[in-house]
Amino acid sequence: MPAEAFANGLRRVGAGAINAISRLGFAARFFAVVLVHSPDAFRRTSLTLREIYFAGVLSLVIIMVSGLFVGMVLGLQGYDSLNKYGAGDSLGVFVGLSLVRELGPVVAGLLFASRAGSAITAEIGLMKTTEQLAAMEMMAVDPLARIVAPRFWGGVISMPLLAALFSVMGVFGAYLVGVRLIGLDSGAFWGNMRAAISFWPDVTNGIIKSVVFGVAVSLIAVFEGYDAKPTAEGVSSATTRTVVGASLAILALDFILTVFMFRGIGG
Amino acid sequence: MTAAARPPAAAPACPTENAVELTGVTYGYDRRRPILRGIDMTIPRGKVVAIMGGSGCGKTTILRLIGGQLRPQAGRIIVAGQSVPDLDRESMFEMRRKIGMLFQFGALFTDLTVFENIAFALREHTNLPDELVRDLVLMKLNAVGLRGTAQLRPAELSGGMARRVALARAIALDPMLVLYDEPFAGLDPISLGVVGKLIRELNDALGITSVVVTHDVYESLKIVDYLYFVSDGRIIAQGTPQEVKASSDPFVRQFVDGAPDGPVPFHYPAPAYAEELAVHAR
Repeated sequence: MPAEAFANGLRRVGAGAINAISRLGFAARFFAVVLVHSPDAFRRTSLTLREIYFAGVLSLVIIMVSGLFVGMVLGLQGYDSLNKYGAGDSLGVFVGLSLVRELGPVVAGLLFASRAGSAITAEIGLMKTTEQLAAMEMMAVDPLARIVAPRFWGGVISMPLLAALFSVMGVFGAYLVGVRLIGLDSGAFWGNMRAAISFWPDVTNGIIKSVVFGVAVSLIAVFEGYDAKPTAEGVSSATTRTVVGASLAILALDFILTVFMFRGIGG
Repeated sequence: MTAAARPPAAAPACPTENAVELTGVTYGYDRRRPILRGIDMTIPRGKVVAIMGGSGCGKTTILRLIGGQLRPQAGRIIVAGQSVPDLDRESMFEMRRKIGMLFQFGALFTDLTVFENIAFALREHTNLPDELVRDLVLMKLNAVGLRGTAQLRPAELSGGMARRVALARAIALDPMLVLYDEPFAGLDPISLGVVGKLIRELNDALGITSVVVTHDVYESLKIVDYLYFVSDGRIIAQGTPQEVKASSDPFVRQFVDGAPDGPVPFHYPAPAYAEELAVHAR
Protein backbone atom coordinates (compact mmCIF):
# COMPACT_ATOMS: atom_id res chain seq x y z
CA MET A 1 0.00 0.00 0.00
CA PRO A 2 1.80 3.16 -1.17
CA ALA A 3 -0.28 5.41 1.12
CA GLU A 4 0.61 3.34 4.16
CA ALA A 5 4.29 3.22 3.19
CA PHE A 6 4.24 6.99 2.73
CA ALA A 7 2.59 7.48 6.14
CA ASN A 8 5.17 5.18 7.77
CA GLY A 9 8.01 7.05 6.10
CA LEU A 10 6.54 10.35 7.27
CA ARG A 11 6.19 8.95 10.78
CA ARG A 12 9.82 7.88 10.79
CA VAL A 13 10.98 11.31 9.60
CA GLY A 14 8.80 12.97 12.24
CA ALA A 15 10.08 10.69 14.99
CA GLY A 16 13.66 11.38 13.88
CA ALA A 17 13.06 15.14 13.92
CA ILE A 18 11.41 15.04 17.35
CA ASN A 19 14.27 12.92 18.68
CA ALA A 20 16.88 15.29 17.23
CA ILE A 21 15.18 18.38 18.70
CA SER A 22 14.73 16.68 22.06
CA ARG A 23 18.43 15.70 22.10
CA LEU A 24 19.41 19.26 21.20
CA GLY A 25 17.32 20.52 24.11
CA PHE A 26 18.94 18.00 26.42
CA ALA A 27 22.39 19.05 25.20
CA ALA A 28 21.55 22.73 25.86
CA ARG A 29 20.38 21.93 29.40
CA PHE A 30 23.48 19.76 29.87
CA PHE A 31 25.69 22.68 28.79
CA ALA A 32 23.94 24.98 31.28
CA VAL A 33 24.43 22.47 34.11
CA VAL A 34 28.11 22.01 33.20
CA LEU A 35 28.56 25.79 33.38
CA VAL A 36 26.82 25.87 36.77
CA HIS A 37 29.29 23.24 38.03
CA SER A 38 32.31 24.93 36.45
CA PRO A 39 33.40 26.82 39.60
CA ASP A 40 33.97 23.37 41.19
CA ALA A 41 36.34 22.48 38.35
CA PHE A 42 38.39 25.62 38.98
CA ARG A 43 38.29 25.37 42.77
CA ARG A 44 39.94 21.97 42.46
CA THR A 45 42.60 22.92 39.96
CA SER A 46 44.35 19.54 40.13
CA LEU A 47 41.35 17.92 38.41
CA THR A 48 41.35 20.42 35.55
CA LEU A 49 45.16 20.39 35.22
CA ARG A 50 45.03 16.61 34.89
CA GLU A 51 42.54 16.96 32.03
CA ILE A 52 44.65 19.64 30.34
CA TYR A 53 47.49 17.12 30.45
CA PHE A 54 45.36 14.34 28.92
CA ALA A 55 43.62 16.49 26.30
CA GLY A 56 46.40 18.98 25.59
CA VAL A 57 49.86 17.66 26.42
CA LEU A 58 49.17 14.19 25.04
CA SER A 59 47.92 15.77 21.78
CA LEU A 60 51.16 17.69 21.26
CA VAL A 61 52.83 15.11 19.03
CA ILE A 62 50.02 14.81 16.48
CA ILE A 63 49.38 18.57 16.48
CA MET A 64 53.03 19.59 16.07
CA VAL A 65 53.91 16.96 13.47
CA SER A 66 50.74 17.71 11.48
CA GLY A 67 51.43 21.45 11.70
CA LEU A 68 54.94 20.96 10.41
CA PHE A 69 53.84 18.88 7.41
CA VAL A 70 50.89 21.14 6.57
CA GLY A 71 53.28 24.11 6.63
CA MET A 72 55.81 22.34 4.41
CA VAL A 73 53.13 21.40 1.86
CA LEU A 74 51.75 24.95 1.94
CA GLY A 75 55.28 26.20 1.33
CA LEU A 76 55.73 24.01 -1.74
CA GLN A 77 52.27 24.57 -3.21
CA GLY A 78 52.23 28.27 -2.32
CA TYR A 79 55.64 28.94 -3.84
CA ASP A 80 54.68 27.09 -7.02
CA SER A 81 51.55 29.23 -7.49
CA LEU A 82 52.99 32.56 -6.32
CA ASN A 83 56.14 32.25 -8.35
CA LYS A 84 54.11 32.10 -11.58
CA TYR A 85 53.10 35.69 -10.89
CA GLY A 86 56.53 36.73 -9.68
CA ALA A 87 55.34 36.90 -6.07
CA GLY A 88 57.45 34.11 -4.60
CA ASP A 89 58.70 36.48 -1.88
CA SER A 90 55.13 36.69 -0.55
CA LEU A 91 55.24 33.07 0.55
CA GLY A 92 55.55 34.07 4.22
CA VAL A 93 52.42 36.23 3.98
CA PHE A 94 50.46 33.51 2.19
CA VAL A 95 51.40 30.78 4.66
CA GLY A 96 51.11 32.99 7.75
CA LEU A 97 47.64 34.29 6.91
CA SER A 98 46.39 30.84 5.87
CA LEU A 99 47.55 29.29 9.09
CA VAL A 100 46.63 32.01 11.56
CA ARG A 101 43.21 32.77 10.11
CA GLU A 102 42.01 29.35 8.97
CA LEU A 103 44.17 26.28 8.91
CA GLY A 104 45.56 26.61 12.43
CA PRO A 105 42.22 26.66 14.27
CA VAL A 106 40.36 24.40 11.81
CA VAL A 107 42.89 21.61 11.28
CA ALA A 108 44.01 21.69 14.92
CA GLY A 109 40.30 21.51 15.87
CA LEU A 110 39.71 18.52 13.60
CA LEU A 111 42.78 16.74 14.99
CA PHE A 112 41.77 17.65 18.55
CA ALA A 113 38.28 16.19 17.97
CA SER A 114 39.79 12.96 16.67
CA ARG A 115 42.52 12.57 19.28
CA ALA A 116 41.18 14.12 22.51
CA GLY A 117 37.41 14.40 21.85
CA SER A 118 37.05 10.71 21.06
CA ALA A 119 39.14 9.79 24.14
CA ILE A 120 36.97 11.95 26.42
CA THR A 121 33.76 10.40 25.04
CA ALA A 122 35.10 6.86 25.34
CA GLU A 123 36.31 7.44 28.89
CA ILE A 124 33.04 8.92 30.17
CA GLY A 125 30.99 6.36 28.21
CA LEU A 126 32.97 3.48 29.71
CA MET A 127 32.62 4.96 33.18
CA LYS A 128 28.87 4.96 32.58
CA THR A 129 28.90 1.40 31.22
CA THR A 130 30.86 0.09 34.22
CA GLU A 131 28.52 1.96 36.62
CA GLN A 132 31.30 4.23 37.89
CA LEU A 133 29.13 7.30 37.32
CA ALA A 134 26.20 5.64 39.13
CA ALA A 135 28.54 4.66 41.99
CA MET A 136 29.67 8.26 42.24
CA GLU A 137 26.07 9.49 42.38
CA MET A 138 25.30 6.95 45.09
CA MET A 139 28.27 8.35 47.03
CA ALA A 140 26.55 11.74 46.85
CA VAL A 141 29.17 13.08 44.44
CA ASP A 142 27.82 14.74 41.30
CA PRO A 143 29.59 13.30 38.22
CA LEU A 144 28.86 16.51 36.33
CA ALA A 145 31.02 18.43 38.79
CA ARG A 146 33.68 15.75 39.42
CA ILE A 147 34.03 14.17 35.96
CA VAL A 148 32.36 16.26 33.25
CA ALA A 149 33.21 19.89 34.14
CA PRO A 150 37.01 19.33 34.51
CA ARG A 151 37.14 17.46 31.18
CA PHE A 152 35.11 20.19 29.47
CA TRP A 153 37.39 22.97 30.72
CA GLY A 154 40.52 20.91 30.11
CA GLY A 155 39.47 20.76 26.43
CA VAL A 156 38.45 24.41 26.21
CA ILE A 157 41.79 25.60 27.64
CA SER A 158 43.91 23.17 25.59
CA MET A 159 42.39 23.89 22.19
CA PRO A 160 43.61 27.50 21.60
CA LEU A 161 47.09 26.56 22.81
CA LEU A 162 47.20 23.60 20.44
CA ALA A 163 45.93 25.74 17.54
CA ALA A 164 48.65 28.31 18.25
CA LEU A 165 51.31 25.59 18.29
CA PHE A 166 49.93 24.17 15.05
CA SER A 167 50.30 27.58 13.37
CA VAL A 168 53.82 28.08 14.75
CA MET A 169 54.91 24.66 13.49
CA GLY A 170 53.22 25.35 10.13
CA VAL A 171 55.09 28.62 9.69
CA PHE A 172 58.30 26.85 10.64
CA GLY A 173 57.58 24.12 8.08
CA ALA A 174 57.00 26.71 5.37
CA TYR A 175 60.26 28.45 6.39
CA LEU A 176 62.15 25.16 6.03
CA VAL A 177 60.77 24.60 2.55
CA GLY A 178 60.73 28.21 1.31
CA VAL A 179 63.99 29.51 2.75
CA ARG A 180 66.13 26.46 3.44
CA LEU A 181 65.06 24.25 0.51
CA ILE A 182 63.99 26.62 -2.26
CA GLY A 183 66.34 29.42 -1.27
CA LEU A 184 64.00 32.39 -0.74
CA ASP A 185 65.43 35.35 1.11
CA SER A 186 64.96 34.88 4.82
CA GLY A 187 64.49 38.64 5.45
CA ALA A 188 61.76 38.84 2.79
CA PHE A 189 60.01 35.77 4.16
CA TRP A 190 59.80 37.07 7.74
CA GLY A 191 59.59 40.79 6.92
CA ASN A 192 56.65 40.46 4.52
CA MET A 193 54.90 38.22 7.01
CA ARG A 194 55.33 40.70 9.86
CA ALA A 195 54.16 43.60 7.66
CA ALA A 196 51.04 41.84 6.37
CA ILE A 197 49.79 40.03 9.46
CA SER A 198 48.47 42.14 12.29
CA PHE A 199 47.65 41.01 15.77
CA TRP A 200 44.20 42.56 15.38
CA PRO A 201 42.22 41.24 13.59
CA ASP A 202 44.22 38.34 12.09
CA VAL A 203 45.69 36.68 15.18
CA THR A 204 42.84 37.58 17.56
CA ASN A 205 40.23 36.25 15.14
CA GLY A 206 42.20 33.01 14.91
CA ILE A 207 42.26 32.82 18.70
CA ILE A 208 38.50 33.48 18.91
CA LYS A 209 37.90 30.71 16.39
CA SER A 210 40.01 28.24 18.31
CA VAL A 211 38.23 29.07 21.58
CA VAL A 212 34.82 28.58 19.93
CA PHE A 213 35.98 25.27 18.40
CA GLY A 214 37.36 24.23 21.79
CA VAL A 215 33.97 24.85 23.43
CA ALA A 216 32.13 23.01 20.63
CA VAL A 217 34.42 19.96 20.54
CA SER A 218 34.64 19.64 24.34
CA LEU A 219 30.89 20.02 24.80
CA ILE A 220 30.10 17.44 22.11
CA ALA A 221 32.69 15.05 23.58
CA VAL A 222 31.46 15.19 27.18
CA PHE A 223 27.79 15.17 26.14
CA GLU A 224 28.14 12.14 23.87
CA GLY A 225 30.03 10.27 26.59
CA TYR A 226 27.47 11.11 29.26
CA ASP A 227 24.55 10.30 26.95
CA ALA A 228 26.10 7.08 25.56
CA LYS A 229 24.11 3.87 25.80
CA PRO A 230 25.81 1.79 28.49
CA THR A 231 26.90 -0.98 26.13
CA ALA A 232 30.04 -1.66 24.07
CA GLU A 233 28.12 -0.73 20.93
CA GLY A 234 26.73 2.40 22.61
CA VAL A 235 30.19 3.68 23.55
CA SER A 236 31.49 2.91 20.08
CA SER A 237 28.61 4.82 18.45
CA ALA A 238 29.03 7.74 20.84
CA THR A 239 32.74 7.99 19.99
CA THR A 240 31.95 8.00 16.29
CA ARG A 241 29.25 10.64 16.82
CA THR A 242 31.76 12.83 18.65
CA VAL A 243 34.29 12.76 15.81
CA VAL A 244 31.68 13.26 13.06
CA GLY A 245 29.59 15.83 14.98
CA ALA A 246 32.57 17.82 16.23
CA SER A 247 34.21 17.89 12.78
CA LEU A 248 31.01 19.09 11.10
CA ALA A 249 30.45 21.64 13.87
CA ILE A 250 33.98 23.02 13.37
CA LEU A 251 33.49 23.40 9.61
CA ALA A 252 30.06 25.03 9.98
CA LEU A 253 31.16 27.33 12.79
CA ASP A 254 34.27 28.26 10.81
CA PHE A 255 32.15 29.44 7.91
CA ILE A 256 29.81 31.44 10.16
CA LEU A 257 32.68 33.04 12.10
CA THR A 258 34.58 33.83 8.89
CA VAL A 259 31.54 35.59 7.44
CA PHE A 260 31.29 37.79 10.52
CA MET A 261 35.01 38.36 11.10
CA PHE A 262 36.24 39.05 7.62
CA ARG A 263 32.99 40.34 6.15
CA GLY A 264 33.35 37.42 3.77
CA ILE A 265 30.41 38.24 1.51
CA GLY A 266 31.04 41.42 -0.44
CA GLY A 267 33.27 42.67 2.35
CA MET B 1 6.07 -18.79 54.64
CA THR B 2 3.35 -16.94 52.84
CA ALA B 3 2.65 -15.57 49.43
CA ALA B 4 0.63 -12.69 50.84
CA ALA B 5 2.36 -9.44 51.68
CA ARG B 6 2.90 -9.36 55.41
CA PRO B 7 5.63 -7.61 57.35
CA PRO B 8 8.58 -9.80 58.29
CA ALA B 9 8.44 -11.28 61.74
CA ALA B 10 11.41 -9.17 62.70
CA ALA B 11 9.66 -5.92 61.75
CA PRO B 12 8.70 -3.90 64.81
CA ALA B 13 5.35 -2.11 64.94
CA CYS B 14 6.86 1.38 65.07
CA PRO B 15 7.47 2.51 61.47
CA THR B 16 10.53 4.57 62.37
CA GLU B 17 12.28 1.38 63.45
CA ASN B 18 12.32 0.31 59.81
CA ALA B 19 15.27 1.42 57.73
CA VAL B 20 13.32 1.05 54.48
CA GLU B 21 9.60 0.85 53.72
CA LEU B 22 8.06 0.39 50.28
CA THR B 23 4.30 0.69 49.95
CA GLY B 24 2.45 -0.02 46.71
CA VAL B 25 5.49 0.83 44.59
CA THR B 26 4.92 0.64 40.85
CA TYR B 27 7.58 1.38 38.27
CA GLY B 28 8.23 0.80 34.58
CA TYR B 29 10.76 2.22 32.11
CA ASP B 30 7.82 2.22 29.73
CA ARG B 31 4.46 3.25 31.26
CA ARG B 32 2.62 0.52 29.37
CA ARG B 33 4.83 -2.27 30.72
CA PRO B 34 5.45 -1.88 34.46
CA ILE B 35 8.41 -3.83 35.82
CA LEU B 36 7.22 -3.54 39.42
CA ARG B 37 3.55 -3.66 40.37
CA GLY B 38 2.44 -2.69 43.86
CA ILE B 39 5.54 -3.76 45.77
CA ASP B 40 5.16 -3.72 49.59
CA MET B 41 8.33 -4.33 51.53
CA THR B 42 9.60 -3.60 55.04
CA ILE B 43 13.26 -3.76 55.99
CA PRO B 44 13.86 -3.42 59.73
CA ARG B 45 16.96 -1.72 61.08
CA GLY B 46 19.94 -3.97 61.78
CA LYS B 47 18.69 -6.84 59.60
CA VAL B 48 20.04 -8.47 56.45
CA VAL B 49 17.18 -8.83 53.98
CA ALA B 50 17.47 -10.53 50.59
CA ILE B 51 15.43 -9.73 47.52
CA MET B 52 15.47 -12.74 45.24
CA GLY B 53 14.11 -13.57 41.83
CA GLY B 54 15.13 -14.57 38.35
CA SER B 55 17.12 -12.36 36.01
CA GLY B 56 15.18 -9.33 34.79
CA CYS B 57 12.40 -9.60 37.40
CA GLY B 58 13.04 -6.08 38.73
CA LYS B 59 15.27 -6.78 41.74
CA THR B 60 17.92 -4.20 40.85
CA THR B 61 15.18 -1.71 40.00
CA ILE B 62 14.01 -1.96 43.62
CA LEU B 63 17.53 -1.03 44.80
CA ARG B 64 17.66 1.89 42.39
CA LEU B 65 14.30 3.11 43.70
CA ILE B 66 15.51 2.86 47.31
CA GLY B 67 18.69 4.78 46.40
CA GLY B 68 16.67 7.49 44.63
CA GLN B 69 18.22 6.80 41.21
CA LEU B 70 14.71 6.14 39.89
CA ARG B 71 11.37 7.68 40.81
CA PRO B 72 8.36 5.38 41.28
CA GLN B 73 5.26 5.94 39.16
CA ALA B 74 3.12 5.17 42.19
CA GLY B 75 3.60 4.26 45.83
CA ARG B 76 5.74 5.41 48.74
CA ILE B 77 9.42 4.78 49.47
CA ILE B 78 10.61 5.72 52.94
CA VAL B 79 14.29 5.48 53.84
CA ALA B 80 15.31 6.43 57.39
CA GLY B 81 11.99 8.23 57.84
CA GLN B 82 12.35 10.32 54.64
CA SER B 83 10.17 10.00 51.57
CA VAL B 84 12.77 9.40 48.85
CA PRO B 85 10.74 10.52 45.77
CA ASP B 86 9.97 13.85 47.46
CA LEU B 87 13.60 14.78 48.17
CA ASP B 88 15.22 17.56 46.18
CA ARG B 89 18.72 16.99 44.76
CA GLU B 90 20.52 18.41 47.79
CA SER B 91 18.48 16.40 50.30
CA MET B 92 18.90 13.32 48.12
CA PHE B 93 22.68 13.67 48.22
CA GLU B 94 22.45 14.26 51.99
CA MET B 95 20.50 11.02 52.34
CA ARG B 96 22.91 9.09 50.10
CA ARG B 97 25.77 9.92 52.45
CA LYS B 98 24.05 7.54 54.86
CA ILE B 99 23.77 4.80 52.22
CA GLY B 100 26.51 2.58 50.84
CA MET B 101 26.02 0.65 47.64
CA LEU B 102 27.92 -2.28 46.25
CA PHE B 103 27.42 -2.58 42.50
CA GLN B 104 27.22 -5.86 40.64
CA PHE B 105 30.79 -5.75 39.33
CA GLY B 106 32.22 -3.42 41.96
CA ALA B 107 32.18 -0.24 39.82
CA LEU B 108 35.58 0.72 41.22
CA PHE B 109 37.13 3.85 39.72
CA THR B 110 39.63 2.38 37.30
CA ASP B 111 41.92 5.42 37.22
CA LEU B 112 42.43 5.36 41.00
CA THR B 113 44.29 2.93 43.26
CA VAL B 114 42.44 0.76 45.78
CA PHE B 115 43.45 3.21 48.50
CA GLU B 116 42.16 6.21 46.55
CA ASN B 117 38.91 4.41 45.74
CA ILE B 118 38.11 4.02 49.41
CA ALA B 119 39.42 7.47 50.33
CA PHE B 120 37.24 9.00 47.57
CA ALA B 121 34.07 9.57 49.61
CA LEU B 122 36.05 10.60 52.71
CA ARG B 123 37.91 13.24 50.72
CA GLU B 124 34.75 14.46 48.97
CA HIS B 125 32.60 14.80 52.09
CA THR B 126 34.96 15.52 54.96
CA ASN B 127 37.88 17.78 55.75
CA LEU B 128 39.78 15.11 57.62
CA PRO B 129 43.59 15.40 57.61
CA ASP B 130 45.45 13.02 55.31
CA GLU B 131 46.84 10.95 58.20
CA LEU B 132 43.35 10.26 59.52
CA VAL B 133 42.02 9.44 56.02
CA ARG B 134 44.92 7.02 55.64
CA ASP B 135 44.14 5.31 58.95
CA LEU B 136 40.40 5.07 58.15
CA VAL B 137 41.07 3.62 54.69
CA LEU B 138 43.47 1.02 56.09
CA MET B 139 40.91 0.09 58.77
CA LYS B 140 38.20 -0.45 56.13
CA LEU B 141 40.60 -2.47 53.97
CA ASN B 142 41.65 -4.52 56.98
CA ALA B 143 37.99 -5.27 57.71
CA VAL B 144 37.70 -6.95 54.30
CA GLY B 145 41.14 -8.55 54.60
CA LEU B 146 42.77 -6.58 51.78
CA ARG B 147 45.02 -4.05 53.53
CA GLY B 148 47.90 -5.35 51.42
CA THR B 149 46.22 -4.28 48.17
CA ALA B 150 46.09 -0.56 49.00
CA GLN B 151 48.46 0.50 46.24
CA LEU B 152 47.14 -1.82 43.54
CA ARG B 153 44.94 -0.71 40.65
CA PRO B 154 41.45 -2.26 40.26
CA ALA B 155 42.64 -4.01 37.07
CA GLU B 156 45.19 -5.94 39.17
CA LEU B 157 42.50 -7.43 41.45
CA SER B 158 40.59 -10.68 40.98
CA GLY B 159 36.78 -10.50 40.76
CA GLY B 160 36.37 -11.54 44.41
CA MET B 161 38.98 -9.04 45.62
CA ALA B 162 37.39 -6.23 43.60
CA ARG B 163 34.03 -7.04 45.21
CA ARG B 164 35.62 -6.88 48.69
CA VAL B 165 37.31 -3.56 47.90
CA ALA B 166 33.96 -2.25 46.68
CA LEU B 167 32.46 -3.43 49.96
CA ALA B 168 35.14 -1.53 51.89
CA ARG B 169 34.31 1.55 49.78
CA ALA B 170 30.59 1.12 50.45
CA ILE B 171 31.17 1.30 54.22
CA ALA B 172 33.77 4.09 54.05
CA LEU B 173 31.39 6.70 55.47
CA ASP B 174 29.90 4.33 58.09
CA PRO B 175 26.46 4.20 56.44
CA MET B 176 23.23 3.18 58.17
CA LEU B 177 22.10 1.20 55.13
CA VAL B 178 24.09 -0.80 52.58
CA LEU B 179 22.55 -1.92 49.28
CA TYR B 180 24.15 -4.93 47.59
CA ASP B 181 23.44 -5.52 43.90
CA GLU B 182 24.23 -9.16 43.06
CA PRO B 183 27.26 -9.36 45.40
CA PHE B 184 27.80 -13.06 44.60
CA ALA B 185 27.58 -12.90 40.79
CA GLY B 186 30.51 -14.50 39.00
CA LEU B 187 32.50 -15.41 42.12
CA ASP B 188 34.32 -18.66 42.81
CA PRO B 189 33.03 -20.67 45.82
CA ILE B 190 35.73 -19.39 48.19
CA SER B 191 35.23 -15.71 47.28
CA LEU B 192 31.48 -16.25 47.45
CA GLY B 193 31.74 -17.58 51.00
CA VAL B 194 34.08 -14.72 52.00
CA VAL B 195 31.78 -12.02 50.60
CA GLY B 196 28.73 -13.62 52.26
CA LYS B 197 30.50 -13.82 55.60
CA LEU B 198 31.64 -10.19 55.31
CA ILE B 199 28.12 -8.97 54.57
CA ARG B 200 26.78 -10.64 57.72
CA GLU B 201 29.70 -9.71 59.97
CA LEU B 202 29.95 -6.09 58.87
CA ASN B 203 26.20 -5.73 59.25
CA ASP B 204 26.32 -6.97 62.85
CA ALA B 205 29.60 -5.31 63.85
CA LEU B 206 28.75 -1.88 62.46
CA GLY B 207 25.03 -2.00 63.31
CA ILE B 208 23.98 -1.30 59.73
CA THR B 209 21.02 -2.58 57.70
CA SER B 210 21.68 -4.60 54.55
CA VAL B 211 19.53 -5.17 51.48
CA VAL B 212 20.95 -7.91 49.28
CA VAL B 213 19.64 -8.36 45.75
CA THR B 214 20.69 -11.78 44.53
CA HIS B 215 19.67 -14.98 42.86
CA ASP B 216 22.11 -17.09 44.86
CA VAL B 217 19.65 -18.90 47.06
CA TYR B 218 22.07 -21.12 49.03
CA GLU B 219 24.44 -18.32 50.05
CA SER B 220 21.50 -16.08 50.95
CA LEU B 221 19.84 -18.67 53.14
CA LYS B 222 23.06 -18.86 55.18
CA ILE B 223 23.41 -15.15 55.94
CA VAL B 224 20.07 -13.32 55.75
CA ASP B 225 17.31 -12.73 58.30
CA TYR B 226 14.47 -12.48 55.82
CA LEU B 227 13.82 -13.07 52.11
CA TYR B 228 11.45 -11.58 49.57
CA PHE B 229 10.82 -13.41 46.28
CA VAL B 230 9.98 -11.22 43.30
CA SER B 231 8.53 -12.51 40.06
CA ASP B 232 6.73 -10.76 37.26
CA GLY B 233 6.95 -7.45 39.12
CA ARG B 234 5.26 -8.67 42.30
CA ILE B 235 6.33 -10.10 45.63
CA ILE B 236 5.08 -13.63 45.37
CA ALA B 237 6.57 -15.09 48.54
CA GLN B 238 8.48 -14.03 51.64
CA GLY B 239 9.73 -15.47 54.87
CA THR B 240 12.68 -16.32 57.10
CA PRO B 241 15.32 -18.77 55.82
CA GLN B 242 13.70 -21.56 57.86
CA GLU B 243 10.29 -20.82 56.35
CA VAL B 244 11.78 -20.74 52.85
CA LYS B 245 13.50 -24.09 53.32
CA ALA B 246 10.24 -25.63 54.55
CA SER B 247 8.06 -23.92 51.94
CA SER B 248 5.89 -25.88 49.53
CA ASP B 249 5.13 -22.80 47.40
CA PRO B 250 5.76 -23.95 43.76
CA PHE B 251 7.77 -20.84 42.83
CA VAL B 252 9.94 -21.00 45.96
CA ARG B 253 10.49 -24.71 45.44
CA GLN B 254 11.47 -24.19 41.80
CA PHE B 255 13.86 -21.43 42.83
CA VAL B 256 15.40 -23.29 45.77
CA ASP B 257 15.69 -26.57 43.83
CA GLY B 258 16.88 -24.87 40.64
CA ALA B 259 14.26 -26.69 38.56
CA PRO B 260 14.36 -25.65 34.87
CA ASP B 261 10.58 -25.67 34.47
CA GLY B 262 7.71 -24.76 36.77
CA PRO B 263 5.84 -21.53 37.54
CA VAL B 264 8.73 -19.83 35.73
CA PRO B 265 8.45 -21.60 32.36
CA PHE B 266 11.45 -22.88 30.44
CA HIS B 267 10.11 -21.49 27.16
CA TYR B 268 9.64 -17.81 26.46
CA PRO B 269 6.10 -17.25 25.12
CA ALA B 270 6.03 -18.06 21.39
CA PRO B 271 3.65 -19.34 18.72
CA ALA B 272 3.05 -23.08 18.55
CA TYR B 273 6.28 -24.92 17.67
CA ALA B 274 4.79 -26.95 14.80
CA GLU B 275 3.18 -23.83 13.37
CA GLU B 276 6.48 -21.92 13.53
CA LEU B 277 8.33 -24.73 11.73
CA ALA B 278 5.49 -25.02 9.19
CA VAL B 279 5.06 -28.71 10.03
CA HIS B 280 1.62 -29.91 8.94
CA ALA B 281 -0.10 -33.22 9.40
CA ARG B 282 -0.07 -35.14 6.16
